[in-house]
Amino acid sequence: MASPAPTIGAGSSRLRRMGLATGTGTLVAWVVALLAFGIVWQTAELYASWAQEYPKTWMVPAARWVSAFMKWLVNEASFGLFTFTDLTRFLAALVDTPYTAARSLLSSGLLSGRGSSATQVLPPLSWIAVVGVVSLLGLYAGGVKLALLAGGCFLLLAVFGQWDSAMVTLASILVAVPIGVMGGLLIGIAAYRWPRFEEAITPLLDLMQTIPVFAYLVPILVLFGFGPTAAVIATLIYAMPPMVRITTLSLRGVAQEIIDLGRMIGCTRRQMTWRVLVPSARESLMVGVNQVIMLSLNMVIIASMIGAGGLGFDVLAALRRLQIGAGLEAGLAIVALAVALDRLSQGFARKLSQRSPASEQRGLVARHPFTLAALVLILATGLVGLAVPAVQAYPPALEISTGTFWEEGVKWININFFDTLEALKNAVLLNMLVPFKRFLGELPWLGVVGLLAFLGWRLGGWRLAMLAGVLSALIAATGQWEKAMITVYLCGVSAVAAALIGIPIGIAAAERDRLWRWVQVVSDTLQTLPSFVYLMPAVMLFRVGDFTAMIAVVAYSLVPAVRYTALGLQKVDAGLIEAGRAMGCTRWQLLTKIKLKLALPEILLGINQTIMFALSMLVITALVGTRDLGQEVYIALTKADTGRGIVAGLAVAFIAIIADRLISAGAMRAKRRMGLV
Amino acid sequence: MRSPMPGLRYATAALLLSAGICAAPALAQESSDPIKLTLHDWTGQLITTELMGEVLKKAGYSVEYVQADYLAQFAGLETGDLHVAMEMWETTGRDAMDASTATGKTEVFGPTGMKAKEEWWYPAYMKEKCPGLPNWEALKDEACAEAFSTAETAPKGRYLGGPVTWGGFDDERVEALNLPFEVIHAGTDAALFAELESAYQRQAPILLWIYAPHWAPAKYEGEWVEFPEFTKECYTDPAWGSNPDALYDCGKPFGEIWKVGWVGVKDKWPGAYKAVRAFTVDNSEMGKMITQVDLEGKSVSEVVQAWMAENEARWSEWIKK
Repeated sequence: MASPAPTIGAGSSRLRRMGLATGTGTLVAWVVALLAFGIVWQTAELYASWAQEYPKTWMVPAARWVSAFMKWLVNEASFGLFTFTDLTRFLAALVDTPYTAARSLLSSGLLSGRGSSATQVLPPLSWIAVVGVVSLLGLYAGGVKLALLAGGCFLLLAVFGQWDSAMVTLASILVAVPIGVMGGLLIGIAAYRWPRFEEAITPLLDLMQTIPVFAYLVPILVLFGFGPTAAVIATLIYAMPPMVRITTLSLRGVAQEIIDLGRMIGCTRRQMTWRVLVPSARESLMVGVNQVIMLSLNMVIIASMIGAGGLGFDVLAALRRLQIGAGLEAGLAIVALAVALDRLSQGFARKLSQRSPASEQRGLVARHPFTLAALVLILATGLVGLAVPAVQAYPPALEISTGTFWEEGVKWININFFDTLEALKNAVLLNMLVPFKRFLGELPWLGVVGLLAFLGWRLGGWRLAMLAGVLSALIAATGQWEKAMITVYLCGVSAVAAALIGIPIGIAAAERDRLWRWVQVVSDTLQTLPSFVYLMPAVMLFRVGDFTAMIAVVAYSLVPAVRYTALGLQKVDAGLIEAGRAMGCTRWQLLTKIKLKLALPEILLGINQTIMFALSMLVITALVGTRDLGQEVYIALTKADTGRGIVAGLAVAFIAIIADRLISAGAMRAKRRMGLV
Repeated sequence: MRSPMPGLRYATAALLLSAGICAAPALAQESSDPIKLTLHDWTGQLITTELMGEVLKKAGYSVEYVQADYLAQFAGLETGDLHVAMEMWETTGRDAMDASTATGKTEVFGPTGMKAKEEWWYPAYMKEKCPGLPNWEALKDEACAEAFSTAETAPKGRYLGGPVTWGGFDDERVEALNLPFEVIHAGTDAALFAELESAYQRQAPILLWIYAPHWAPAKYEGEWVEFPEFTKECYTDPAWGSNPDALYDCGKPFGEIWKVGWVGVKDKWPGAYKAVRAFTVDNSEMGKMITQVDLEGKSVSEVVQAWMAENEARWSEWIKK
C-alpha cells in the first residue's frame, strides 16, 4: 500500500474524475431501446403472437439430439482398439485405486476378500491417531493455535458420534482434492502457455461450473459405473474449474523480473514452469486449492445420492425422518471438516510463502520431527488399540448428542409464532414475489432477447451483444422460456435480497476486526452446511413454495456479497481516503463518495458471484416444489432422460453466462471510468 | 464341478454335504463376487434390503450394500454395477421400471408381497371441521374446503400433493371430481412430512398425499379419504365413474412393490436369484418394523435380527436348494 502523504494531490484529481456525468448519447440510445421494447410488448399480443410466445413449430428438438448422442456414445463410440465406455471405465478404475486405499486407511481397514465375506486384515487408523496427525499437521503449518483448531474440529466429529461417516466422506475428499488440484494445475498451465487452448476451454469451464450437477449425473453413472468413483468424478467436474482459472491468473501475475531471471540463468521450458513460475505463484495457487476443498465438500450431499455414503447420506436420511437435530449434527460435521481442511490449507500456504532456510544436514529425527511423531503415534495407538477398543474406536458411551433439542426448538417456534411468520410471508409473497413473477412471465421473448442484446452492445460492444442475444434466443428455441423466466424471477429476487443484506454486513465488518472474524465463521458455515439441513425447518415454518426456496437461496448466496464487499473496502487506497479527509469529508461522505465508489468493481464482482451461487441452488429449490429450470433438471434426473436434463441444465448455464458477462463488462466500465485500469 | 479322480469327487460331495448341514451351501458354480443391493433413504427400504442381505449371507453369499438414489439407480442396474433393488413401487417407480426393463438389461424379480397405498390423508382432528369425512364427497362442501384453505388458496382448500416427479394425477383428479381445492406440489417427501409435522404440532388443518408402508400413519392419528375405488378403466375410459367426460374420477392405484435387478443375476448367482424371487413380507409386518426403527429408536440391524430369529422357517425356505 502506498504511503498517504505524496498521493494526496493525485488522489484528489482522481476523485474529481469519478464524478463525471454520463454522456447524453447513452441516454438517447436507452430511450430508443426502451421505446422499441415497449412497442414490441404492446403490439406483440395483438399482431404478432410469435414475438410474445415462442411458437412450438420453431422448437429445436435439442433434447432428442442430446439423448441420441449419449446413446451412441455409450453403446457405439469407439476408438478402434477400445470403446469410449472402456476408456471411461478405465478412468474410473484409476480413481478407484486411491479411493479404496484412502477408505481402507480411514474407515474400513485393510480387507481381504470382497463384500460381506471380507475379513479385516488390519484395522483402520484409530481415532486418536487421526486427531493426532491432524493436530501435528496444524502444528507444523501454523503453530499451536492451528493445531488446536484442526484437532478440535476432528475431536468434535468423534464426540458427536459422526466419526465413521466423516471418515468415509474424508476419504472421498482426500481423493477428489489432489486430483482436482493437479488436474486444474496442469490444465491451467496449458491454458497459460497456449492462448488458443485457453480460448477453447473457457466456455467449457463456464459450463462445468454452472450446469446443475443433476443434469449430468445420469450420463456419469452410465459411463463411470455406480458408486463412490462416479461421485468423485461428479465432484471433480464441479470443483476443478476454479483451480484452472486461478492457475492461469496467478501464473500471469508472476513478476516479469522473475521470468527474466529464469531466462537469464538458462532455464528450459520445463524448469521455467516447475522451478520458477509455479513456486512464485504458490500463494495464489493455494486460494485455488482452498476453493477445490470447499466445493468438494459442497457436493457431499449429491455425491451421497449416487453411492458415496458418508455424512451426506446421514443428513438425507435424518431429514427424511424429520430428525432435525440428527440432520444438523451430521451437517455441522461437514462444516467441521471444511473448517479444519480449509484452515490447514491456508496454514500451508503461509508456510510455503515464508520458506525456511534451505534444509541443513542434520540428523533424521531433527529433520523430520513431525513425520516421525505422526508415525510413532499411528503405530502406538494401532498396537494399543488391538488390546483396548476405546483407543481404536471412540467409545459410544462417551458420545454426546443434542438429542431432541432442535426438534423441540422448532416445535416451540412453530406453535407460538407460526401465525406471525405466516402473515410476514404472505405480505412478501403477495406484494412482491407474485407480482414480479407475473410481470416477468408476461414479457415477450423477442423483446427480452433484443433488450439483452442492446445491453450487451452498450456495455461491451457487438460481441457481447451477439452472445447475450444468441444465448437467450437459444433458451427460447429449446422451449425453456417460461421456466427460464421463473428461474430469473426466483434467483433475481433472492440475489437482490442477498445483496441488500450482505453488502451492509460487509460494510460493517470491513473495518472491525473482531466482527470480521465472526462474519467469516458464519460465512464458512453457510457455505458448507448442506442447505437441506435448514430447508426442512423452513418448510415447517413457511410451508413449501417460493418463499421457502428463497430463504435457502438467500442464505447460501449471501456469502459472496459479504466477502467481496468487505474485501473491496479493505483494498481501497489509503491515500485516497486521506485525500478525502483533507477535503473535509464527513464519515458518511467518506463511505458513500469515496470508499464505496472505489470498491464498486469488487462489489459488482460480489453481486456477480451472488447470482452464480443463487443459480447453483436451483436444484435444491426444486426439492421444495418450485417450477423452474431446477425442477426440470430434477424431473429429467428422475426419469433418467439425459437429453432433457442437459438441455435444461444448459439453459441455466446460459442465464448464468449472460448475467456474468454483462456484470463483468459493467464492472470493467466502472473501473475504466474511475481510472483504476 | 468335475474332478478327474473318483476319490476326490466323494470327498467333494462329503464336503458339500457337511456344508449343507451347516446351512452355508455356497455352491461351487456360483460366483463369489459380492451381490450389490441398493439402499435408498427411507427406513422401510433399508429394512427390506437388509433382510434380503442377511438371508443371502446365511446362504453363503457375499453381500454389499450400496447407497443409491431411487431412480438414478437404474443406470447402475442396467450396466451390472448394481444387482438388486428391493423396493420399486408400482405407484412411483413404474415408469422408470418399465423404461429400464424395456432395454432388456434389467428384469422384475416379482412382488415383495407388500402393497403400496397412496391416497389423500387428513389428521383425525379435522373430522370436527369437516364431519362428512372420510367420504370424498364431504370435500365438495365449501365450508369444508375453506377449513383446509390458506391465504394463498382461499376460498379454495389447499391439498399438498407429492413431488411433481411422482405423477399421481391430482390436478386432474380435482378437476374431474369438481373439488374446490388447489393442488400444491411438495418437492420431496421430506418436505411433505415436514409440513404434516408442523400442522400436527399446531393442530392446524392439512390435507396431503401420504403413502404406506411408512411411519407417518403410525405416528399421526388420521384417515385416508375414501374416493371411488381405483380401477384400470377409470384411468383409461372417460365414461367410467361419476364424471362421464373425464378420466381420473377415482382414487389412486393401490399397487405392488416390486423387486427389480440386473438381468445377469440369474446366471451369476442362480441360488441368490431364486432367494430374491422367493422373498416376501407383508404390510403389517413391515409397518411394525418401520415403527420400531423410526419411532422407538431401534437400529435397523436390531430389528432385522429380531425378525430373522422369529421367522427362521420362512427364510430358510427361500434359500432351500
